[in-house]
Amino acid sequence: MPTELEDDLIPQPRGIVEELVRDDVGRKKFLKAVGTAGAASFGAFVLAACGSSSSTTTTKTSAPAKAPVTPAASSVPASFGAGDIGILNYALTLEYLEEQFYAKVIAAKLFTGAVGSLVAEFGQQESEHVAAIHQTVLKLGGTPAAKPTGKFPITTAAAVAKLAYTVENLGAAAYLGQAASISSPTVLAAALSIHTVEARHAATLATLVPGGHVTPTGAFATPDDAATVLAAVKPFIA
Amino acid sequence: MNTERLAHPELVELEVGGVTRASFLVRGAVAAAAVYGTAAAAPFVSSALGATTDVDILNFALTLEYLETDFYQVKAKTVGLTGLAAHDASNFGMEEAAHVAALTQAINKSGGTPVPKPTFSFPVTDAKAFLDLAYIVENLGVSAYNGAGPLLKSKALLAAAGSIVQIEARHAAAIGLLIGKTPTPSGGFDIAKNMTQVLAVAGPLIKK
Repeated sequence: MPTELEDDLIPQPRGIVEELVRDDVGRKKFLKAVGTAGAASFGAFVLAACGSSSSTTTTKTSAPAKAPVTPAASSVPASFGAGDIGILNYALTLEYLEEQFYAKVIAAKLFTGAVGSLVAEFGQQESEHVAAIHQTVLKLGGTPAAKPTGKFPITTAAAVAKLAYTVENLGAAAYLGQAASISSPTVLAAALSIHTVEARHAATLATLVPGGHVTPTGAFATPDDAATVLAAVKPFIA
Repeated sequence: MNTERLAHPELVELEVGGVTRASFLVRGAVAAAAVYGTAAAAPFVSSALGATTDVDILNFALTLEYLETDFYQVKAKTVGLTGLAAHDASNFGMEEAAHVAALTQAINKSGGTPVPKPTFSFPVTDAKAFLDLAYIVENLGVSAYNGAGPLLKSKALLAAAGSIVQIEARHAAAIGLLIGKTPTPSGGFDIAKNMTQVLAVAGPLIKK
C-alpha cells in the first residue's frame, strides 16, 4: 500500500478550495479566449451525437429536434446581481418557488403512502437547496434575492403530479442552462450536485404522470436559458 | 444526512471530490491500479498519464459509458428482465450508447484518441442482482461526472457533460424506484467522486 500516495488522495476541502480559486483565473482567461466558438462547437457536438444515435435507435432517443441549444449565450437578468451571485440568486428564486409548491402540496394531503413520503422528501430537499444557496450568496458578499410569493393551482393529485413533473424538469433545465456560465469551480460543483437531484425528482415524478418520460429529451438533457425559465414560472408568482 | 447538511449549508464547503486535475487522474489511476490490479485500471491509466487535458477526462467518462452500454445492451439480455425493467434497460442502453458516440466524437474533434472499449465482467445472473448493480452503476456515473465537471477547462464540454449527467441521474432514480430504493440516495445534494473513488466500484467490473 503506497501510504504516501494515499495521504495525497485524502480530500482536504480547504486545499481544494484554494486550488480551485487559483485555477479560476485560468478558467476565466480561457473562457474569454474561447468565447462563442466554444458554445457553437457544443451545439455541433450534441447535434452530431443525436444524429448518430438516430441510426441505431427507434424511440424518443432519436429525436434530433430536441437537441440542446447553446447554453452559454443566456444570462440571468441584471436585477439578480452580477456573475455567480446573479446565477445563485436566480437559482434561489426558483428554489423558493419549489419549496413553497411542495409545502402546499404536502399541506393539501393529496398523496399518501410511498408517494406521500417521496413528495415530503423532495420538499425537504428543496428547503435544503434554499438554505444552502441563501448562505452561499451571503458568503460571497451578495444580497440574497427576496423570497417570491408563489401561487399554485393545487387541485387534484393527478394535476399536481403533472405540475410537479413540469416544475422539476424546468428546474433541471435551468441549472443545466447556467452550468457553463458559473465562474467559481466550487459554486459549479455545488450547482452540479443540486442539478442532478432536480433531475432525480423529475424522473421520479415521471412515473406518476400518464405519458411521463424518465428521459423526456432522450440521451441528452436540454438546457433552458433564464428568460425561458422565468417566463415559465411567471404565472406561479403572486 | 439531511440534518447534517442543513447544519452546514454553505455550498462552498461541499466536497468537490477531486483535488487537482493531475491528482484526479494520474494519482487516482496509479493508486487504483495498486489496489485493484493494473488490468482493471489500465483503460483509465492509459488515458490518465498525460492527465491534464479535457481529453483525458472525456476518456475517463468514455470508459464508464462503455461499461454502462455493455451492461444494458449485452448483460441485460442474459438475466431475464421483464416488464418495466426490460423497457428501461432497453431505453437506457440506447442512451448510454449515444453517450459513447458523443464522447468518442468529442475526443476526436478535440484532437485526442478515444480509449478502446474494455472487456467487462458483471457478477450478476438474475434480474434482481442486475437491477441492484444498475442502481450502483448509475449512481456512480452521476458522482463521476459531478466530480469531473469542475475540472473541465472547456465550457462547451462542461455543458455537454452536464447534459449527459442529468440523464444518468434520471436513470439512477428510475432504477431506484424499480427496486424499492430511494431515488435520492444522497439527499438534497448529489455526491461527487474522484477517480480513485469511482474505480473502487468500476475497477472490479473491468476485465481488461
